[in-house]
Amino acid sequence: MMEVILEVKGLKTSFFTEAGEVKAVDDVSFNVFKGKTLGIVGESGCGKSVSSLSMMRLIPNPPGRIIGGQILYQGRDLLKLELDEMRKIRGNEISMIFQEPMTSLNPVFTIGNQICEAIELHQDLSKKEIRNKAIEMLKLVGIPSPEKRVNEYPHQLSGGMRQRVMIAMALSCDPQILIADEPTTALDVTIQAQILDLLQELQVRVGMAMILITHDLGVVAEVANEVVVMYAGRVVEQGSVKEIFHHPKMPYTMGLLNSIPTLSQDPTGKVKKKRLETIPGIVPNLLHLPMGCRFQERCTHVVAACKEKEPELRVIGEVDQKKTPHAIRCVRDL
Amino acid sequence: MSPENSLSVPNSEIILSVCNLVKRFPILGGIFSREVGSVQAVSGVSFDIRRGETLGLVGESGCGKSTLGRSILRLIEPTSGNVIFKGKEVTQLNASELRKLRRHMQVIFQDPYASLNPRMTVESILGEPLDIHHICKDKKERGQRILKLLDLCGLRRESISRYPHEFSGGQRQRICIARALAVEPEFIVCDEPVSALDVSIQAQIVNLMQDLQSELGLTYLFIAHDLKIVEHISTRVAVMYLGKIVELATAEEIYGNPKHPYTKALLSAIPIPDPSYKKERIILKGDVPSPIQPPLGCHFHPRCPIAQENCKRDVPELKLTQCGNNPSETGSHSVSCHYA
Repeated sequence: MMEVILEVKGLKTSFFTEAGEVKAVDDVSFNVFKGKTLGIVGESGCGKSVSSLSMMRLIPNPPGRIIGGQILYQGRDLLKLELDEMRKIRGNEISMIFQEPMTSLNPVFTIGNQICEAIELHQDLSKKEIRNKAIEMLKLVGIPSPEKRVNEYPHQLSGGMRQRVMIAMALSCDPQILIADEPTTALDVTIQAQILDLLQELQVRVGMAMILITHDLGVVAEVANEVVVMYAGRVVEQGSVKEIFHHPKMPYTMGLLNSIPTLSQDPTGKVKKKRLETIPGIVPNLLHLPMGCRFQERCTHVVAACKEKEPELRVIGEVDQKKTPHAIRCVRDL
Repeated sequence: MSPENSLSVPNSEIILSVCNLVKRFPILGGIFSREVGSVQAVSGVSFDIRRGETLGLVGESGCGKSTLGRSILRLIEPTSGNVIFKGKEVTQLNASELRKLRRHMQVIFQDPYASLNPRMTVESILGEPLDIHHICKDKKERGQRILKLLDLCGLRRESISRYPHEFSGGQRQRICIARALAVEPEFIVCDEPVSALDVSIQAQIVNLMQDLQSELGLTYLFIAHDLKIVEHISTRVAVMYLGKIVELATAEEIYGNPKHPYTKALLSAIPIPDPSYKKERIILKGDVPSPIQPPLGCHFHPRCPIAQENCKRDVPELKLTQCGNNPSETGSHSVSCHYA
């Protein structure tokens, strides 16, 4: 039996703009299991990053606000905590890696300084111990000569190195949950491979749960155990990684998987496509959502029922206590 | 070359020939702004592109692939070397000759948010190149031509009076493509045209570019870091590392029979969207070295899994090797490695 470490229930986050309320995350629920990786995929604007920022309570207010739902961690609802209690959890028990390693480090402090700050805030250690811990963290993430690097500034490091520093900082307090928001998007493939390898290795070593947010389906297939597919603020399909990739049931997930070019020497034996399959059209404007299913305008399997009422997320296949059941938000049985 | 790849035109004329192209950026320092060093972004690159083919150019950031693309068009002045386009030496042209040449060579940039002027309507964006090159006789012809371009690139005719901010990323990239096509070029440098787009939109743009190529007989230099897209669209592929081409062959050869250890590592690093498949990955250690002080000998030796003593001293040449799948077809696979 897997242990649920974080439970997101009916999360709703909206941005109140002059043009109206933008429901960036609209009734999203999922579970994160201890020691496992949950992948959240979707295209830009689908609400995946806003979900993760909501979990950390980092939504800029105004214009944004979490307007409903619960985020349960160790029996407590994170959304109801006082700010100083939240601060004790943030960066300590739940920490986050952001997409842009170039902009999320402070350019005027040394990297040692920035890692030490996180440790100092959450752990009761002497100055010297803190510094040693920072060096130890840099060593853990594979930065060569950490004793020297600890005194360097972010601009002296390459993109891959900066992302390692971000990871070192996020892991410095041995978090239970790591939220990685597009951790490798800004990096080259060879560096991406290094970072993903590192994250998986560290996950095994410290046993933390990870939420990996990305638009790269290849990365999800390699790292995640469970997958949540989001579209226009909604969860449209969720299940184990094998179900999502081998038996996708929601037309959007199928379209996403089909639009990636396959390698001709694809080791999985897929035939190279002469022409890419596409999902026609673009993501709908969150201010003017269509009646019914949000994907209907781009869907090739659309029927009359899709336009009447938005389908509920329904479980298909067997319900198994050990994993997230495969569920889709679609009326069709494809 | 495989018969299934309908895009390949193996025996057509050479449209562009790049020979020993070098681009050095000086680093200035001190109070007199003296040159204190230099970055060799492109160091001695040579290749040919045939009419109607797509040459893919891949490599990690900082390897000089964009600089190479821009030097060919002289958007950046190359330091030395030759670029011959349809028999004409591009590097020697003066400003007005160069402007005439721009009708035949165009470019599409990576970021469709930054490469369109926010204050210009689609009509003026597409009309500007027509005006500069005096392509249309009168207003009516100009209008018709713009509408034709919109149709060609899958944009609605109403978009003509709109501004760039009213479009999504994919549509903006379509406007950029339409703008490049306005002057009816033969050769287009595509500098990461789909990297800023979402997966589902990427596929739309890639398909559009392929359709336009077969319809108009275009030749592309396709610069990208996404190896899957490059394989899909390219006839031949060149792999760059630190300012040099390390391997050049048909797409089939590069992906099926890679010879350079760097190409092998790049290919093994591509994440495969299939959870049941666990692959043997070659993880390269470290980052791309600084191009200010590139390593001696083979540039790749500090990260190379098969490097030997002589790799630290001797610079390997880009030389022809045998094709794996079809040994009789020589001359189409070059690699620069002592041990490939």
